[in-house]
Amino acid sequence: MNTEEIKHLAKLSGLELNPAEIALISEEMGAILLLVGKLQAVDTAGVDPLFHPIALIEELSQPFRIDQVTETDLRDVNMACAPAVHEGLFLVPKVIE
Amino acid sequence: MNWHLQNLTQLQNSLQQGLIDSVGLTSFFLERISQLKHLNAFLDVQPEISMAQARQADLLIREGKGGPLTGIPIAHKDVFVTKVWKSTAGSKILANYSSPFDATVVERLGLDGAGMVSLGKTNMDEFAMGSSNENSAYGPTLNPWNLERVPGGSSGGSAAAVAAGLAPIATGTDTGGSIRQPAAFCGLTGLKPTYGRVSRYGMIAYASSLDQAGPMGKNAKDCSLIMNAIAGHDPKDSSSLEKDNEDYCRYLGKPWLDKNNLVDKPLQGLRIGVPKEYFSDGLDGEVRTAVENALRAFEDLGAVCVDVSLPKTELSIPTYYVLAPAEASSNLSRYDGVRYGHRSADYKNLAQMYERSRAEGFGAEVKRRILIGTYVLSQGYYDAYYLQAQKIRRIIAQDFQNTFLECDVLMGPVAPGVAWKFSEKSSDPVQMYLEDIYTLSPNLAGLPAMSIPCGCSTSKMPIGLQIIGNYFSEARMLQIADFFQQASNWHLQQSPLLAPPASNGEVS
Repeated sequence: MNTEEIKHLAKLSGLELNPAEIALISEEMGAILLLVGKLQAVDTAGVDPLFHPIALIEELSQPFRIDQVTETDLRDVNMACAPAVHEGLFLVPKVIE
Repeated sequence: MNWHLQNLTQLQNSLQQGLIDSVGLTSFFLERISQLKHLNAFLDVQPEISMAQARQADLLIREGKGGPLTGIPIAHKDVFVTKVWKSTAGSKILANYSSPFDATVVERLGLDGAGMVSLGKTNMDEFAMGSSNENSAYGPTLNPWNLERVPGGSSGGSAAAVAAGLAPIATGTDTGGSIRQPAAFCGLTGLKPTYGRVSRYGMIAYASSLDQAGPMGKNAKDCSLIMNAIAGHDPKDSSSLEKDNEDYCRYLGKPWLDKNNLVDKPLQGLRIGVPKEYFSDGLDGEVRTAVENALRAFEDLGAVCVDVSLPKTELSIPTYYVLAPAEASSNLSRYDGVRYGHRSADYKNLAQMYERSRAEGFGAEVKRRILIGTYVLSQGYYDAYYLQAQKIRRIIAQDFQNTFLECDVLMGPVAPGVAWKFSEKSSDPVQMYLEDIYTLSPNLAGLPAMSIPCGCSTSKMPIGLQIIGNYFSEARMLQIADFFQQASNWHLQQSPLLAPPASNGEVS
């Protein structure tokens, strides 16, 4: 993969990469794509994807939860590890100028 | 007293007979953790909390409210979130993170459940991505058998903790071998249960359709006792299966055939499938010999070996390295520096805050897998990589079912070799991925699989035997493993940190 492709991929991944990382990853991705490219040779005509392993042996139930409140107000605890808060709200940089 | 040499049953007896109390036991292990700090097995230890738990456990025992595990200390992999101990998943992005709740596994084993005392959190490859522990942001754990070698990964801290006698038993998680491979590298017994058998609630997610938690301990019986406490449906995890609870000890010591007819050998009737692809050229000669000797020992116990084939074994590597990164790239998108975790100090706008916080917080392997995952899920590549891998996953799972028509369990090596030296493989990610060849398929298929010690290399490193069972056959696998351990001494081998090197275990 070339530098531009890696930069685009980094953008999609929400990662800032420095030039040294881009060069290294460009090289590594070549080897990794060669490895995962082996999948292309397999004939999978008529095979359904298996998203959940147990779906192979039994029909999966998708149970619904009872529609009732089980959580109490844990705002303070839940926000205790946030990098920046103000009066119970998460602080982020201005999005709209 | 050598409390660190005792298994869970022995510790339980010692507690019940009053030879020691939980406070004594807990301070004993905390002392060892502090003495052997250089192993870097633990990321967070809080002695006063552990001791407070031990006092409560002693109270439960005195009041006669204790169960089989009450008062016994345990170490938890840092992938399980905890209220009191920091939960980092081996990542800088979660440095100093404390969870508002305990993971279900931690809760079920703790004072409100089985009554065990937590010793703290063990080191691991960042977000469980790695096979050597070298991807931990907090430095790798050293292998107690040889400090120059890796303990395996990603549950390397848990493995080293048990192998060095810092904890009688530990929890781990396994997405592509992360319980079995470190168990093999450190001479332990480790079990990855059927997918969905143990709740993933509070397990920091790596690849959600593959992740599963399980025990890492001194022997099969110890693992059974932990399974009794952690397995079972959890309404908080919609992927946990609604199956009745079972007693994982119920087959221990009983013959394989549940009949009244006379059997002279306990495992008579057991058919062991030996996949030829697990003995290909890449397998180290000493590991091969050790595994073959173990198969002979099982034959002596009455089992028969059947040649089987798992033709897609090699393809499990590309299949896994598409699916796991795909799920990881999605799971790790939550680390945005807004609600928790690291936030960069220097950014111009929101997008840069995300990108820079993630760039500073994640290590090289995590970034690599996020990029791979994003690539295989991106427009134009989704069908060719992700969907194709999910189809091959079905073929791999079906191949296992075909072999289970001919055999009851499968056996082979856990890893192609013994624990390697630090830096030996870390420069080439693909080379590292290839080491996972024997452990990935059971995760893709969701099958239970375990590692038990079966030998020792000339470099004095333990070798593991892998047992792969069909869905929900954990109790039977533990029965088989227990019989092997009744007849051999490999699981009793001790790392030099436990005792002077023991004489080679001989299968009697």
